Formats: sequence, C-alpha cells, structure tokens
Amino acid sequence: MFAGFERIGHVITPGDVPAGKPPLLAYPIDPSSRVVRDGSRLNQVLLVRLAVEELDEDTRARSADGVVAYSGVCTHTGCDVTVWQAETRRFRCPCHESEFDPRDRGRVVGGPAPRRLPQLPVKVVDGVIVADGAFIGRPGFQPG
Amino acid sequence: MTTARAVVAIGSLLVATTVAPTLLGGCTTQGMGTSTVSMAQPAPRARTTTGATSYTPVTDQRLVSPEAENWLMYRRTYDGWGYSPLEQINTGNVKDLVPVWTFSTGVAEGHQAPPIVNNGIMFVSTPQNQVLALDAKSGELLWRYKRELPEDLFQLHPTNRGVGLYEDKVYLATLDAHVVALDAKTGKLLWDRTVEDYKKGYYMTLAPLVAKGKVMVGVSGGELGIRGFVQALDARTGQPAWKTFTVPAPGEPGSETWKGDSWKTGGASVWITGSFDPQLNLTYWGTGNGAQWMGDQRPGDNLYSTSVIALDADTGKMRAFHQYHWNDSWDWDEVSAPILMDPGRNGYLWVLERKADAIGFVDAKPYVKQTVFTKLDPRTGRPEYDETKKPVTNKKIPFCPSLWGGKDWPPAAYNPKTGYLYIPSNENLCGSLLGTAKPYEEGKLWLGTEIKDIGMVVADGSKHIGEIQAWDMNTGQKVWMRTFESHNWGPILTTGSGLVFAGGTNDRYFRAFDGKTGEPLWQWRTNSGITGVPSSFAVDGVQYVAVQSGWGVDAQRMQGALDDIRGAKTDVPQGGVIWVFAVKR
Repeated sequence: MFAGFERIGHVITPGDVPAGKPPLLAYPIDPSSRVVRDGSRLNQVLLVRLAVEELDEDTRARSADGVVAYSGVCTHTGCDVTVWQAETRRFRCPCHESEFDPRDRGRVVGGPAPRRLPQLPVKVVDGVIVADGAFIGRPGFQPG
Repeated sequence: MTTARAVVAIGSLLVATTVAPTLLGGCTTQGMGTSTVSMAQPAPRARTTTGATSYTPVTDQRLVSPEAENWLMYRRTYDGWGYSPLEQINTGNVKDLVPVWTFSTGVAEGHQAPPIVNNGIMFVSTPQNQVLALDAKSGELLWRYKRELPEDLFQLHPTNRGVGLYEDKVYLATLDAHVVALDAKTGKLLWDRTVEDYKKGYYMTLAPLVAKGKVMVGVSGGELGIRGFVQALDARTGQPAWKTFTVPAPGEPGSETWKGDSWKTGGASVWITGSFDPQLNLTYWGTGNGAQWMGDQRPGDNLYSTSVIALDADTGKMRAFHQYHWNDSWDWDEVSAPILMDPGRNGYLWVLERKADAIGFVDAKPYVKQTVFTKLDPRTGRPEYDETKKPVTNKKIPFCPSLWGGKDWPPAAYNPKTGYLYIPSNENLCGSLLGTAKPYEEGKLWLGTEIKDIGMVVADGSKHIGEIQAWDMNTGQKVWMRTFESHNWGPILTTGSGLVFAGGTNDRYFRAFDGKTGEPLWQWRTNSGITGVPSSFAVDGVQYVAVQSGWGVDAQRMQGALDDIRGAKTDVPQGGVIWVFAVKR
C-alpha cells in the first residue's frame, strides 16, 4: 500500500503543498520498507492544494485539508501532465493540450483525453500525506 | 549561383534516379487511359480469411524500378518524389471520382501513413502501431497486426508513417522503438528487434527505408534529450548491420561543434524516411532539432542537427552532409530533406547537388515569410542570423515562421512531367520562445522552454494560413499557389496525368488540383481531417487514389494554438478511415 509521497528525498507533509503554488510531482513510498515506488511512470502523482469550498463533494471527500492527489500521466497518450494553469486551476498536458479539472474529480475540460485523470484519495497521518486507497480509475492511457 | 546554373544542377542531380517505370501486369499506359471503374461489386481476389493466398515478393529491382500500378514504399520511389506515373484519372474525369470502399481503422489520432500497395494487396499502418492488410480492390481485410504497446509509454507523437516491404515481409518501426517483421501473407510476427529503450525517450514513427537486404530506421525523441541515430538491420533476421549516430562522440568528426557533455543529449533525431540513390549507394536522411531547443545552452554549430546526411547503404559510413542552419534554436527540424530539392522547415526552399562524396549547395530562397536569415553564404549556403530573432535563455524572442516552420513533416511532391515541386505550406504564422534552463531528466520532456512560453501569432489582416505552392524547378520560380483559411498539414501526391491530390485542412476535404495551373478540380468531404500521405495504384487496369483520413498530432496542436489566439473552439472529429477512390463510369 502507498503511504506517503516522496520528492527529492523527503516524505511530503501538508506544508510542502502550500496554497497558490503549482503541483508537486511525487512518487509513493512504502511505509515499512521505505522503498520509493518510482519503477513505473504510472505511479507518479500530482499533489496540489486548492480552496476546500471549490471542491466538489466527491473530490473533497478524497482530499486532506484541500490537498488533492491525481495521477500524473495523461489518459490520452500517456504523457507527463506537467503544466499548471494557475488562473483556471487546471492541469494541462504539454503533448496534446488535454485539460483536467482537479476540483471536479479530474474531469476532462479540454483536449483529446478520453477520460478523467484518476484521483488518488489522500489523508494526513502523523503529519504526512498518505494514500487512503487506490486510484479511482486506471492511471495512464488505454493501450490499443 | 545563377538560376541557369541551378537548372543544370537540378537536372544532373535528378537524372540518376529518373527511372522509366516498367509497366507490368496488363496495365499499359494506353489501357489506363481508356478504362474506367464499374460501380458494380468487384469480383473478390484470391484470398482466404486468414491472409493472402498469393504474394509477389518485393525485390531490390522492383524497389528501384516499381511497376506503374504499385506503390511499394513511403513516397513510392527511392527519390522521394511522391509521384505515380498512372494517368487514367486525369484533369477531365477527376470530377467523377467517387469512393469505391472505405475501412475504419478503429483508432483515433493522426493517421499519416500512405496505403502501400503491392500487386493488389494494400498495407496500411495506423496510430497505436496497427498494420492492416487489405485486398486493394475490394477492401476485404486479409489480416490485422496490433502491437501490444507498453502501458507506461510516453506518446508525444501518436502516429505511424507507413510500413516497409521486402521479399515476403512487412516491416514496422514502433512507438516503443522496436522494429518488427511480419509475414506479408498472414501478418504473423517473424522477428522483433529492440532498437533502443523507450524509457529513455526514444520512439519511432517513420516508415522504414528498405534497400539491399537492410531495413533502415531512425529514432525520434528530440524533445526528450535523446542522441539521434540511424540503425540498419538485416532484413531477413533483424540482426543489427550498422548504426550511425547523428551527433558525434568526442574525437569523431564534427565533435568540435559541441561543448562538454552536450552531445550526449544533443537530439538530431531522424524521424522521416530517408531516400536512396542506388547509383551512388547513398541513403539521405534529414535530421531534427538540437536538444533541448535553446542553442545558447549547447554552443556550437551542433553537427549533424538540422542537416541532411548521406550514409553508405552497406556500411552506414557518413560520406557527406549539409547543415541547413547551425545551432538550431527554433525547433526547426529539417527532416524531410531527402528529395534534395527541400522545402525546409526553416522556410527556405533548398536546392542541393548530390555527389559521391559531397552535398553541394546550389541555391536557396524563402517560400514563406522568414525573419531570421539575413543572408546565405553564396558558396556554402550557411546562413547568417539576425541575432534578435534567435531564441535564447531567459528572454522572449519572436521569429517567423513559427516553430512548426514553413512546412513541417508533410512531404512535398515532385512531378517530372510538369517539372513542378508542390509544397504544403503554412504562411502568416510567427512564433516566439522564451528559453529556460532546466536539468535533463531521462525520458522526460526537455524543451528548454515552458509550454506557456511557446508563442504563436497570426499576421494582422491575413486571410489565409494553409497553402499549396507550385515551384517550377527549371526556372526556380513559384508558378501558382492555392490558399486555405485553415492551416494545412496535407502530404501531397502527384500523378502522370498532371494531377495534385492533398487534404490537410480542418474542413475534412480531400482535393484534386490541376498540377499545371492549380485549378481546383474535385473535392470530397471525409470523416475527419486528412494528414495522411495519399497514394495511387492500379488493379486489373483500374487506377485508384487512396488516403487515410484521421486528424491528430501536430495538426490538432496547431488548431489548439489557433483556437487559443482566436478564442474559438474548433472540433475536428477524430477516428481513422481508409478511403479508396476511382472514377465512376
């Protein structure tokens, strides 16, 4: 099970994800073995803090103090979702301009992506952000 | 050089590959001129549901000198002309062109491959690395190969540009950087060779070049910091034959044009099929941008990025090169060099001369608005730059044309009868880049700029973007131009009857023009936008024109950029369909 996320060598706390900042790209770390699960791109997760009142009900239920987590791999053709549009608070894929709304369960709001960006439920345990279940949907694109 | 001298040079460099087509299979020029297709259901050809019952092996002789009715490789012939000598469909009857059959590929994204035809059997590759074998006359499916692509693949360019044929095999270069060989009759996988590790950002979209028992491919990944190369494999076994990098290692010729370790991630990808001169035994390949995009972060000319290189077909040894522009900073990949009359992505039409040990500069002139080159060295063609138009780190720099260039990958076509070169171009688009310095990370996008800092503007008051330009290669003058409100990403086919076929616009039309005058003669609205390479072939004395319709990749990306500028939302439907047309009786 995932429990916590690591980026540049430390486990991410809610303080690492401040409001108004672009998303963090993180990999999960195994709580017992301390192994960072970065063997597959499909494990990469985007963490961003949004205003709680902007989140739809389901999204909010899977968030922790406004911090939401999503798969960082586009559902269109598998590119890294690296662009953050701060003004509209949307994720954007640099390859083919698919856009996703992190306030509404990763819904597709632009571009060719066929389905939403899978959300990963998170909670805060002992001061770190941990996964609270599996991705809602399958990360990555659907091969042929 | 003077225009007159250029004419001589063009003639001399083309004569080597001007091979008179041999007409076989009861398809004489005269017969082709008089017969028309009957709209009655054609009789099914010999086949079974699991494959073709008979197949004509593809020999070197047939590749060098294909029968008029066949289209055996990416641009039909090794010289890259995109020219079919067939003339049954002509300026008089093209208005009666109708679909004979269609076939849904079942996948979305950019369908760019030509329908490749060998004696009545058609091979079509699609996005997601599918190959379809069909009865070219009836549209019956003979077999289908679908590659199982890795789940963690990063598909920046979800497309494929065609198969290669040799003997009784069909070759496909894959998105996960393998080459596979399939049995032409059954589609059975015969061998599968890893060319590079896709997790490092290597991928392939080009149609393999097949010659003299070798399958030659190049790698993409110039946006992910790869080091480009051309790889040759033994056509029978898949065993590696030779490999030539497009970025030299320290100590190799050209390495003085790189500083430090920049060569390791230097780009210069090779993502379009090379051409081949059998007399000189040289293959010609166009190379892509240096990586990342900002030239000031990799000082030097950066050989052999944005160049055409000549590699010995047997050994891979580089015999000659010509760099179109040095220290590329605009993402102007010069990949479609091989016909050696090259409308470059940098907006110049280049005329070069090929010799056994050199590629000589003859002439170059802009075919779209180009604000970067201030002059060319008359002897070498090396451009001087307006440094205020050369993107650098930490400063926004405007330039024309945009990073997609005067034309991108869609191939131009040359017709030896009209003597014209037909160029699918985009005008009235300028771009800007703001460079950023970011460390390289394996397998990650590495552009040297943020996506938000890739700018595009449409010229004030402009009425069009897309164009088809015709240039008379005997006089070096533009003779006609058609314009389109939409941008144009349509590869071009030209035929022995002087017709020009192309799609490329967002209104989903496939069109025919009079190649002499540019007069529009016919159009058909298809399922999607056409960025596929059209081909022409004949079966049982009837000429067909075939093309895939399936919008995506950069045509869609440019549409998104234009929509952002205009505050519009243009919905060009996706999903691939193979279209085959013939003249209605």
